[in-house]
Amino acid sequence: MVAIIDYDTGNLRSVINAFNRLGAEIIVTADHQQILQATHVVLPGVGEASSAMEKLRTRGLDTLIPTLTQPTLGICIGLQLMCKSSAEGDAKCMGIFPTEVRFMSPAAEVGLKIPHVGWDNVNWTLPEPPIAKDIPEGAHFYYVHSYAAALCPDTIATTDYGAPFSAALQHRNFIGVQFHPEKSGPIGEQLLRNFLTLKP
Amino acid sequence: MNNIPILHFSFFISPFSLFFNFHFPFFISHSHYFSFFIFNLIVLAKRIIPCLDIREGQTVKGINFLQLKQVGDPVELGAKYAAEGADELVYLDISATLEGRRTFADLVARIAQRINIPFTVGGGISSIDDAARLLDAGADKISINSAAVRDPGLIDQIARKYGRQFVVVAIDAKVIDGQWRVTTHGGHKLSDRELFTWAREACDRGAGEILFTSMDHDGTQNGYPCETYSRLAELPIPIIASGGAGTAQHIADVLTLGRADAALAASIFHYGTLPIPTLKSALRAQGIPVR
Repeated sequence: MVAIIDYDTGNLRSVINAFNRLGAEIIVTADHQQILQATHVVLPGVGEASSAMEKLRTRGLDTLIPTLTQPTLGICIGLQLMCKSSAEGDAKCMGIFPTEVRFMSPAAEVGLKIPHVGWDNVNWTLPEPPIAKDIPEGAHFYYVHSYAAALCPDTIATTDYGAPFSAALQHRNFIGVQFHPEKSGPIGEQLLRNFLTLKP
Repeated sequence: MNNIPILHFSFFISPFSLFFNFHFPFFISHSHYFSFFIFNLIVLAKRIIPCLDIREGQTVKGINFLQLKQVGDPVELGAKYAAEGADELVYLDISATLEGRRTFADLVARIAQRINIPFTVGGGISSIDDAARLLDAGADKISINSAAVRDPGLIDQIARKYGRQFVVVAIDAKVIDGQWRVTTHGGHKLSDRELFTWAREACDRGAGEILFTSMDHDGTQNGYPCETYSRLAELPIPIIASGGAGTAQHIADVLTLGRADAALAASIFHYGTLPIPTLKSALRAQGIPVR
């Protein structure tokens, strides 16, 4: 059972649809017991970091999530909330990944458009992390964001947009992806399939 | 300026990083450190976007926005394009009736279940509630056109509530006495707005992307007005070129000379004159970055 955490940050539909397409059994919930019992946990999220963090806090999820031991995937804002802090709304986040989320000013400085919207190359570190199994080096994933996590020892993939940022991070059972695998065609589906094969 | 590479460098040499590298197999190798700079040369892929006009639940394509021909089931057609390598899809509802509009909302939910790439929906969105309904049904972005011209504040409202990346402002315009004039209602009504000032205003109000269609070129398959697109490219948001593609070269031109970020087309895909894989290889052969 995959628990998709519902903390009222808007549209979970595309993440739900993506796991349904893979035939996964899912539950959309903010209930602590249901999350603890799930084999896999997904923290999606769209919107603004500080208000999303506040929504996690009011549900006690900010203290629950870092204690999880099953494979846990943060997508986009979900990844950002797993970092130490975010410059978006000056938010203190969960601190699972030892890095901070910053506005993508290096991109703006070289005249690139922000938000970073569209398909961009993702370069995985070697040896290939299990989440990237059967995904070609440099394969494109779909992005929509204006803030990004700085590189850190937990960075397992990078994308370069003005400057390299953490496209994906992993710390123990926690994986974060800045791109949207649920919208990245067959490559994205492969990544989600890889996630489902990870064992606690 | 680039504080991110500096941070990366410091992690690479610090004893702390050695600790992490020792315990975690997925550390960034030395060769990857240098590859960051090589990948600096690679830019965001240019997007190819098939557009599906929907009337009463069926895909249709107009020629100069008038005669309409039916071209297939919207969900199946979208899935086919996604499988062929389309980067996004746009579904525009051109239904004339209330019943048709209701059908469209159900259709959006079915598209969202099936399609694994981003899709934008538009046509007849005139309030924040219309936008909310379509986003809740699973659309990734909404496109507003006539309603934004009538009530520009709608752009601000939707952008503030959902974020600017959800808002595509579609602009239809045609040249009248040497000036690009904005039209509404599928090209039927001439507004008093001028293209470039309107595009700038839409951007300032919170549009995440501009989808510009030249009514003089749409459906003709004679190519895009590249100079006009190149001027729009001055805006700090992505520009989607639409209307007029007949060949791969037309699309290559608008992505290079026209500096557009994406090209949207309908007929060439619907009638099979230019399959997406053929188009993408043609673009790749010219050094245009595509997925």
